[in-house]
Amino acid sequence: MEKVKVDRELDLRGEVCPFTFVKSKLIIEQMEPGQVLKVILDYKPSVENVPKSMREEGQEVLEVKQIDKNLWEVIVRKVR
Amino acid sequence: MSFQFTEEQIKRYSRHIILPEVGGKGQQKLLDAKVLVIGAGGLGSPSLYYLAAAGVGTIGIVDFDVVDFSNLQRQILHSTERVGKPKVESAKMTLEALNPDVKITAYNERIHKGNVIDIVKDYDVILDGSDNFPTRFLINDACFFLGKPLVSAAILRFEGQLTTFDYRNKDVSPCYRCLFPEPPPPGLVPSCQEAGLLGVVGGIMGTLQANEALKLILEIGEPLIGKLLVFDALTTEFNVVKLRKDKKCPLCGEKPVIKELIEYEQACDVHF
Repeated sequence: MEKVKVDRELDLRGEVCPFTFVKSKLIIEQMEPGQVLKVILDYKPSVENVPKSMREEGQEVLEVKQIDKNLWEVIVRKVR
Repeated sequence: MSFQFTEEQIKRYSRHIILPEVGGKGQQKLLDAKVLVIGAGGLGSPSLYYLAAAGVGTIGIVDFDVVDFSNLQRQILHSTERVGKPKVESAKMTLEALNPDVKITAYNERIHKGNVIDIVKDYDVILDGSDNFPTRFLINDACFFLGKPLVSAAILRFEGQLTTFDYRNKDVSPCYRCLFPEPPPPGLVPSCQEAGLLGVVGGIMGTLQANEALKLILEIGEPLIGKLLVFDALTTEFNVVKLRKDKKCPLCGEKPVIKELIEYEQACDVHF
């Protein structure tokens, strides 16, 4: 995948559901449409739930990838 | 809009923030909102409880009465050990213990012609949970003159009623006087002291009042404007009756005759 410019990064290591989504949402609400947020997660259920909830809110999930053992990043573009 | 919540606030309001219709933006609106509740009794108890839990940042409470044993069957803000204490003080204690984010202003006084405008003027939404007609008419007329939304509920026996008057939009919204042009003659409508009241009816109608207030603040859904919701606890049925703006209404009609506050006589001075 083409490298996208990340506007904000949120390190949510140590956080669990639903707060991983709640904290991601609070940041994305304060970003401009078109901007990109990268979220770092170490709680496996959140790796499914954060992208799912982001899509339900109408945001575009660009990438979900494992970057280490028990470490993932989710890249979301704010649509609305 | 920007907002900065503490860790505790993120946890406390997470179920709101998750909702697409609320989010951090909506929660910030709630924290910035000012709601006035008249009466810390059967209706005010549940509405105040939920408004404080929701994080409505400024809440005013008006009540001149003290807690009585006869209140405790339904007025869940209060407690046995607070019998004899002013209701506003008891309410403030309960609500501050629930949510320290909420700033409570207690008005330990009876609403009258001389204080109603001053009390109402700084609030965004007014909830009427009072128990007598003179107060209801004063609150209605004050909200009308000041252009404030008023969420009105009433309870008796097994029945509850609810409607919202939006006096920010006087051309569209009916007013309380379209429904009741003036107070009924003393003795015609019994008080809940005379007629009785199932406690949960206050719980249901007061909670619905809080729901209306939250919707008005969040600007979501459809407030109950021009509609009267009637609840029957015995059949567990809700009915909605259409309310029309009365062209001949003495307050909001084509030729209004009421242009200033009117203080009606209290039929009797019993305390509920």
